[in-house]
Amino acid sequence: MKMHNLVLAAAGFAACAVGVMESKIAAAADQFFPLLVYRTGPYAPNGIPLANGLRDYYSMINLRDGGINGIKTSVEECETKYNTKLGVECYEKLKGKGATLFTPFSTGMTYQLIPKAKVDKIPLMTMGYGRTAAGDGRVFKWTFNFPTTYWSQASAFVKYVASQEGGMNKLNGVHIAHIYHNSAYGKEANPTLDALQKIHGFKLTKIAVDHPGQEQKSAWLQVRRKRPDWIFMSGWGVMNQVAIKEAVSAGFPMDHFVGNWWSGSESDTIPAGDGAFGYKSAALHGTGTDWPVIQDIIKHVYRGDAAKAAENKIGDVIYNRGVLNAMFNIEAVRTAQGKYGNKVMQGEQVRWGLENLNITTAKLKALGMEGFTQPFTVTCADHESGGPVIFQQWTGNGWKFVSDWITPITSVVRPMIEEAAAAYAKENKITPRTCS
Amino acid sequence: MFYREAGQFKTTYEADQGIFPIIQDRWFIAIMLVISFVVIPYFANEYWFQAVIIPLYIYAIAAIGLNILTGYAGQVSLGTGAFMAIGAYATYKLCTAFPDLNILIVFVMSGLFSAGVGIIFGIPSLRIKGFYLAVATLAAQFFILWLFNKVGWFYNNNPSGTITAPPREVLGIMITGPNALAITRYYVVLSFLVVFALAAKNIVRGRIGRSWMAIRDMDIAAEIIGIEPLKTKLMAFAISSFYCGVAGALYIFCWLGSAETEAFDINLSFLILFMIIVGGLGSIMGSIMGAAFITLLPIFLTNFPPMIGIQIASDLAKHLEEIIFGVLIVFFLIVEPHGLARLWQIVKEKLRQWPFPY
Repeated sequence: MKMHNLVLAAAGFAACAVGVMESKIAAAADQFFPLLVYRTGPYAPNGIPLANGLRDYYSMINLRDGGINGIKTSVEECETKYNTKLGVECYEKLKGKGATLFTPFSTGMTYQLIPKAKVDKIPLMTMGYGRTAAGDGRVFKWTFNFPTTYWSQASAFVKYVASQEGGMNKLNGVHIAHIYHNSAYGKEANPTLDALQKIHGFKLTKIAVDHPGQEQKSAWLQVRRKRPDWIFMSGWGVMNQVAIKEAVSAGFPMDHFVGNWWSGSESDTIPAGDGAFGYKSAALHGTGTDWPVIQDIIKHVYRGDAAKAAENKIGDVIYNRGVLNAMFNIEAVRTAQGKYGNKVMQGEQVRWGLENLNITTAKLKALGMEGFTQPFTVTCADHESGGPVIFQQWTGNGWKFVSDWITPITSVVRPMIEEAAAAYAKENKITPRTCS
Repeated sequence: MFYREAGQFKTTYEADQGIFPIIQDRWFIAIMLVISFVVIPYFANEYWFQAVIIPLYIYAIAAIGLNILTGYAGQVSLGTGAFMAIGAYATYKLCTAFPDLNILIVFVMSGLFSAGVGIIFGIPSLRIKGFYLAVATLAAQFFILWLFNKVGWFYNNNPSGTITAPPREVLGIMITGPNALAITRYYVVLSFLVVFALAAKNIVRGRIGRSWMAIRDMDIAAEIIGIEPLKTKLMAFAISSFYCGVAGALYIFCWLGSAETEAFDINLSFLILFMIIVGGLGSIMGSIMGAAFITLLPIFLTNFPPMIGIQIASDLAKHLEEIIFGVLIVFFLIVEPHGLARLWQIVKEKLRQWPFPY
């Protein structure tokens, strides 16, 4: 009987082997967008709206416009559980199916894919996450992190604090605490805050919270003891809601507690209840459903069924971020088609499209995203574009903007990006290309 | 009929003490080697190398390492992830500090670092046993990862705290880094696995292995017959950590390419422990089979439904996969608590009697 099982297992495995090998031969008539999603696992509350936003925008392009200049889009999801090792399998699988652009939405995956992008000739689009140094397009030819990065965001946060305190010269003596996820992602903002601290003379306390962030008692004990004036948080997943709850019980004023753009979504504030009122976070784009583009998704993808759309988290911060990212990807392909003709774009052509992407106000208006985000241009040397950041506040049933669009302090951030990129190039023996 | 040792006469002591005394075993090993060195590279594509086989071999090395400690010497350890991390970080430090050093030598050297730390964390095993020792090794798991995250020197103070495999070549062939071909990395990992598995097999059937087993079965009795617990236990920790360290180095440099400490968290330790439990404690073959079972089954379960034409949403497929995977592990352990290695042994016994069982 056991022999029997073994034979069955072997036969099953052989079937699988043949199948996987054959699945490689897929015809490429559509512009294929692979989706590395995490609808399960510890980060699912963020992963679900993100994946829905991306998926819905791609299918809306098919249903509303009949594709990108007539080329239909197609997607395939692969579940990673936000786990880098599962991500490897997904990446290889989807690469074999003709992927021309990856959006990993995970810092760990991004770090792993940056060196591969160059070899596999598949560009990497990491919107507002991943490796900040990739903003230097001379070293990171295949990686893009526009419209803005963690370092730019941290500098925009300092400018926001200054505006609240009454000017950049008032920063001297202000005490800022940075509570961060103790990982590559969370540490990103530290160098910028260090550099700005030296220039503007504010006091900086850095407090690490270990993964996954459910246990933060010691971090908040430090907050109680040191009493910072402002807290900036680089959190993700469950860490955010726990931090907000801890801040409430520590009696910290919510309007001085500012998350980065991955620490400001409904799944972070709603679990914290009424205490979260007034919590602020950085943002790249608008929230809610009152944007023509979101209305188009409800109309075309959900056939007007707003309840079904709401079930899919439409209008949530993270959902809208997925929509924004999908828009960038589609526009990059459209830009590339402008040069190479209206057909399915290959990895190298999509890369050209990303590098020559020019999002203007007129284009945003045509896309139904006027005011949703800000215009920017990508160049060969600048893959970040230093786009502006806005700050939003939780009102109990939604987010409202509480600042203007704040331009980052590029004079400080850009030299740091170039320095980090040069160090990376040296360590990995990359000769930076010249951009002229 | 297929697996009969009758008629195979040994005329020398060497032949009698050979590593594979039965001709069928020798044939089996030879066929396995041909398959892994010739057939797999011929048929596999990058997906198979990168997603399936390379991780499988690396996990197998780590599982052999843990099996030496837990299966043969009887010392339960939950620090495998940490010992792998030491290997990976040591490799990173060594190959960035000495860029011209042969990367293969660096892998082995970083295993030595791991062995040294393993000895230190093995000292408590002289006093405490079983679950209590597991907790002591758990301390290694958390302390070492905390250290690598906290002290910037370990990751050359780069702002993100991740280590990345730099491009290194041996004899003009890229071994690590993004330009290293999957097939090259496959051969590197495979060679390490073959050498390490054969070495482990030889260690465990010799004097050292027997003293480990004596300690495992009854340490007081072992001491009475002249086995020093200090030396034996620490040697088990050292060799086990050496294996894990090299596996950790390969894990980053030949597979992931880049990682932070999270890649070595407690889940990795549990994963390797499950591999040896499912595969069979106290068996080298079992370690490899356990690694294969735990690596291949989830991938098979994910890819199987679309293959036969069933389209399931990706999240549902993942949940189903986890349920089925869990059920299968329980099932296997119920029908055969001694793991896949014991199943393999039963198969061999059946093959001996076939087609006329008593």
